Amino acid sequence: MNLVESLEKSLIKNDKIPQLSSGDTVRVHQRIVEGDKERIQVFQGTIIRLRRGGANANFTVRRIATNNVGVERTYLLFSPRIERVEVLRHAKVRRAQLYYFRDLQGKSARLKERRVDAKPAAKAAIA
Amino acid sequence: MKKLIGRKVGMTQLFDEKGNVTGVTVIEAGPNYVTQIKTMAKEGYDAIQLGFGEVQAKKLSRGELGHLGNLAPNTKYPKRKELAGVPPVKHLYENRIKAVDGMKAGDVVKADIFKAGEFVDISGTSKGRGFAGNIKRHGFHRQKKTHGASDRERAPGSIGAGTGIGHVEKGTRMAGHFGDEARTSVRLKVMMVDVERNLIAVAGSVPGANGGVVVIKEAKKA
Repeated sequence: MNLVESLEKSLIKNDKIPQLSSGDTVRVHQRIVEGDKERIQVFQGTIIRLRRGGANANFTVRRIATNNVGVERTYLLFSPRIERVEVLRHAKVRRAQLYYFRDLQGKSARLKERRVDAKPAAKAAIA
Repeated sequence: MKKLIGRKVGMTQLFDEKGNVTGVTVIEAGPNYVTQIKTMAKEGYDAIQLGFGEVQAKKLSRGELGHLGNLAPNTKYPKRKELAGVPPVKHLYENRIKAVDGMKAGDVVKADIFKAGEFVDISGTSKGRGFAGNIKRHGFHRQKKTHGASDRERAPGSIGAGTGIGHVEKGTRMAGHFGDEARTSVRLKVMMVDVERNLIAVAGSVPGANGGVVVIKEAKKA
């Protein structure tokens, strides 16, 4: 491990971001500062790309806006501007980068849900 | 003037508390060892000699080891000086300032002499590019690939007047060796200092390849 890697290890990970994977449907709450005003902007869509790699680790969320326009936003995993990320749904995907999604629309641009069992602790709480 | 010898480690990026990202170069700055103190009385000028880059003792000559005080005096060489705490180091640079009282050869200087928010100048040896053409070396424009042009894509064009002058002006920019030169990046902001690991991160780029030796000085211009 070189010194840059060890330095990046010491970066404070944004603990409001859960474990993400490609194909997840997420709601990203981002803090936006305009002049002296601050607000939270929410962006909901599918993760089509996850890039690891030190301080530049990021993920790209794609959603279809009005008029069938695809909108993609990339967020940095270490950014303190990300207020919260909610994972709404996991999906079954067969590759890490879902670039083929850009060419699909409507019914074909759907992903099959991958249901994840609740953690044993959570299960016990229900029972 | 504050001065340190370091080694360029590589580049990464840092976030501030507002979430702004800055691209930074990380430099392993120190530990530097004071290897000699030069005085007006003895050497004719005031300076502190700093050493950096620990190596195996066998990588240095006997003369170098003697200068660093790594050879113990014995009956044959009673004049040898012995310095405690200076390991065999590869790189020596001078800082032309008067030594403050109490500073002596063998002292250690660490990255903490610089603070985040300060500005520094960083000197190093730029990456060697070998024999480079005009486009890479001087930023000339490329010529046309088509419209009847042939074999002129990266040619320099005219290099001067005709028989009026009868020769090419001195200093005309042409192809030649590029890079591997001493270069200084000025007024780089110190973004972070890690005292424990002797790391300094400065905003922006620094001359040379990763692993290259660089000298960090206080910024000349405010």
